[in-house]
Amino acid sequence: MSATVATNRDMPSFYGKAGSLRSERRWALIWAYISLIFSAIILLTPPVYMLITSLKTSGEIADQKGNPWIVRNPTLENYWELITNSLFQGFFINSVIVTLVVVALTMVISIMAAFALARMRFWGSQVLATGVFLTYLVPDTLLFIPLYQIVGGLGLLNSIWGLVLVYPTLTVPFCTWIMIGYFASIPKELDEAALIDGATWPQMLLKIFVPVALPGIIAATIFAFTVSWAAFVYPTAFITTPDQMPLTIGVVSQLVRGDVFIWGQITAGALLAALPPVIVYAFLMDYYIAGLTAGATKG
Amino acid sequence: MAQVSLRKIVKAFEGGVQAVKGIDLDIDDHEFVVLVGPSGCGKSTTLRMIAGLEEITSGDIAIGGTVVNDIPPRDRDIAMVFQNYALYPHMSVYDNMAFGLMLRKFPKAEIDRRVKEAARILDITLLLDRKPKALSGGQRQRVAMGRAIVRDPKVFLFDEPLSNLDAKLRVQMRTEIKKVHQTVNTTTVYVSHDQVEAMTLADRVVVMNHGIIEQVGPPQELYHNPATKFVAGFIGSPAMNFIPAKLEQASGALRLHLPQGIMLDVPAARTARYQAHAGKDVLFGIRPEHLTDDKPTDKSNTAPITLRPEVIEPMGMETLVHFKLDGSEVSARLDPATPAAVGAPLSLIAHMDQMHLIDSTSDKVL
Repeated sequence: MSATVATNRDMPSFYGKAGSLRSERRWALIWAYISLIFSAIILLTPPVYMLITSLKTSGEIADQKGNPWIVRNPTLENYWELITNSLFQGFFINSVIVTLVVVALTMVISIMAAFALARMRFWGSQVLATGVFLTYLVPDTLLFIPLYQIVGGLGLLNSIWGLVLVYPTLTVPFCTWIMIGYFASIPKELDEAALIDGATWPQMLLKIFVPVALPGIIAATIFAFTVSWAAFVYPTAFITTPDQMPLTIGVVSQLVRGDVFIWGQITAGALLAALPPVIVYAFLMDYYIAGLTAGATKG
Repeated sequence: MAQVSLRKIVKAFEGGVQAVKGIDLDIDDHEFVVLVGPSGCGKSTTLRMIAGLEEITSGDIAIGGTVVNDIPPRDRDIAMVFQNYALYPHMSVYDNMAFGLMLRKFPKAEIDRRVKEAARILDITLLLDRKPKALSGGQRQRVAMGRAIVRDPKVFLFDEPLSNLDAKLRVQMRTEIKKVHQTVNTTTVYVSHDQVEAMTLADRVVVMNHGIIEQVGPPQELYHNPATKFVAGFIGSPAMNFIPAKLEQASGALRLHLPQGIMLDVPAARTARYQAHAGKDVLFGIRPEHLTDDKPTDKSNTAPITLRPEVIEPMGMETLVHFKLDGSEVSARLDPATPAAVGAPLSLIAHMDQMHLIDSTSDKVL
């Protein structure tokens, strides 16, 4: 024992290294803060500029004099006009309906698919799991033309139910992938214990896997929510009548008249549209990160 | 309560690897059987086949007289305790134990009675409201056992349940498991790689190696009369010493000729048993506890042997001394008072009535 102590005392370089580790850590932190501040500025400038613009009157926006970053006569007029506008209310309701139905559909499909792919060993399950992920890599800008044919064939053009049908092509593959990762991180003995305890496969899924994988499910739900709330290409392609439009295209199509841009209302509308995802993220961020990384760290 | 019988059980995995190569085993009602062997010997696979978690490639498994080959785990009326506990992390201890009964639609009052009774047996009554993450390893393993007990199954299956615990707790829980078995008396199949666990817990020990059963028997029988070199070496700690020797005829008696010119007389009682092998090369097997200090009162059936210690390990109640005899490692358990010194000749005696001779070609104990 004493020999060990003596050896440590004879190693000043060891302590010197500890000091340099401290300063290395300090520099790492400084650089981390610099890059974080830099990226925060880049990412936050557009929304801040939108917020500023949304608080100005049309006259002030058009005024070329003065600093555009300063609001001289702040007003909530743009917000009030949108909120009281029945068309905008319709966009909002459409977005809510489409998003809720799509999220529910997505979660039911992807939880069951992921459970089957991760746990019920069957012939070709590995290939199928990879296939699911590959479909996620096909961009919507490529898919909307064939999908237009399908949606049109079903008579669902100009209907939010057409969107409910096609959005899961964006959400299901990725959510399934997240859930496969999460389910795979649950020890195999847990389902074996449940099997021996007398659970059927559906019982095992509902009573064991869903509660245990809740962080993963929340992460997947947030993803599905964000994607369907913010989808732009599909509604642009499939919806032309204002009463069926969701927020994303409603704001743009109805507040731009010819070459007249009603900037105050456009920015106010965009900010209002962005609010629900921000609220969702703010409350569920921890789950989101836990859910994504659980799948990621499992080898 | 039930017997378990295995008939010509084979398990081949994809790629043709045979984990279990046609084993036969009968486990009696109320019996506590431990499957023991090194990793990869097929013991866990055998247990998982009994549980129904692993399909049988060929053969029959019967529980309580019914062949269960095609019966899913939930209908086999078994309960299993896993190495990593496998508690449901989102449920309280109570719910973990009640889960199996709830799925089987037991009345609430009956579930409550059984859970509380099991909690009392396992001394976890105060933990019933906790979640598994708030429990220590030993407590978790108790809950896992509780989950098995409440089901009152025909057979308990234990898959290395103590391997995740630290050494001290392992000894405690071992006693606990034995106590539980004495209380509930359910037929138990227990898998372990630890021969001490096997010896202390089992009514009968099944020693497995390379997918076959080497020997089945009560712990003492395995210790005193191992059937093969593998069992002789696996049971007992430190392991039995194996020294190459030649069995020689010496005027009506038999004598072992060891390396370095050491000669040991075979006791007269064993002469008839070994006579047919006179003149052959054999392995002389003797346990470290049967190589002792040169001071027994009764010197019958002993033979003197002098060796030079290479390593000395004082353990408190005894001292392990290791020697080298040509290529063979030899160890002895000695009285701590023995004045042993590294390199200095040490007079020992071999208790020849406890010796074993092993056929060097077949590895069978003669």
